[in-house]
Amino acid sequence: MVEFNLPKNSRMTVGKTWPKPEGATNLRKFKIYRFDPDSGENPRVDTYFVDLDACGPMMLDALIKIKNEIDPTLTFRRSCREGICGSCAMNIDGMNTLACIYGMDEVDGDVNIYPLPHMPVVKDLIPDLTHFYAQHASIMPWLETKTNKPAKEWRQSIDDRKKLDGLYECVMCACCSTSCPSYWWNGDRYLGPAALLHAYRWIIDSRDEATGERLDDLQDPFKLYRCHTIMNCAKTCPKGLNPALAIAEIKKKMVERTM
Amino acid sequence: MEYKTDMGRVIGLGSAKDGTREWWIHRLQSVALVPLTLYFIWKVAPLIGGSHAEVIAAFQSPLTAISTILFIMIAFMHLAGGLQEVIVDYVHGKACLVILLVSTKLLCLGLGFAGAFAVAKIAFGA
Repeated sequence: MVEFNLPKNSRMTVGKTWPKPEGATNLRKFKIYRFDPDSGENPRVDTYFVDLDACGPMMLDALIKIKNEIDPTLTFRRSCREGICGSCAMNIDGMNTLACIYGMDEVDGDVNIYPLPHMPVVKDLIPDLTHFYAQHASIMPWLETKTNKPAKEWRQSIDDRKKLDGLYECVMCACCSTSCPSYWWNGDRYLGPAALLHAYRWIIDSRDEATGERLDDLQDPFKLYRCHTIMNCAKTCPKGLNPALAIAEIKKKMVERTM
Repeated sequence: MEYKTDMGRVIGLGSAKDGTREWWIHRLQSVALVPLTLYFIWKVAPLIGGSHAEVIAAFQSPLTAISTILFIMIAFMHLAGGLQEVIVDYVHGKACLVILLVSTKLLCLGLGFAGAFAVAKIAFGA
């Protein structure tokens, strides 16, 4: 059955409150999830104070400041700091998002930061995305063709290219999949919104010649049909994409080919 | 401990190549239930509190009898489909899953047929 309580060794405790920076007048309180698998201890929530007058405007700026100046053991992924690599995906104030493009002014009061929900935690704000990436690989995220390779390039009309807009922009940050209750309960078999959005990106690609095989692979009560149009994916996507719409389009294609 | 590659775990037993028909039928049932429910509210619901003769007279109309039977049957089939989704979502133990799926299907089927039989019995004046 579904478990509504965290396992005993995952229940959170109150952590350390780090000292306020001296002389600062514009302070913001950050409560951040901490977990170190090597310590054998339960996860805890540490409290930090950041001087906003000496910090950039984004959540990632605050995290980097905490790591640089207060607590170097705080662990999180980050790279591009402009919303294109998808590394710094985390749950900020109850919403899965990318810390680098989420402004501190978008949250009132204290800032609560947790790793992406319902995933195994490697350390602090780093979730284990191994299964998520394998699911993405399983949908064959590449162009599949049977026709002999053309001398120059696979041609595509401007109109057909436009069909990929709203799909190709996905950076695989996992915000959508980890916000989806269906993925929480059946993530081992349900592919989740991110992988399905990518699947649709290749199904709708005019150059691809494996549409039938792709639909065959997805036609499954779990892989596809665990989506109940809850729409958390569309609400949380930091890139403003709509995976629920892509999934609905796949379902329409499934029916279309039977008629 | 299970030694399997990440891809092996994702592929599992492969695609069931099934699910579309059930999903489509569930949608069709939803659409069919819109007019049937409205007709039920308009013609049958007001019979609550009515006399025995009024109820018998109402179900003598073929349209009322047939639409009520359709309403009852489709509503219970729709309920069975909805319950199946909830059970598959939340129940992960295989034995429990099979027992719940079979019992809810049988229960809905039985209730649907019981309702249809009741309406038919009144309609045919037994």
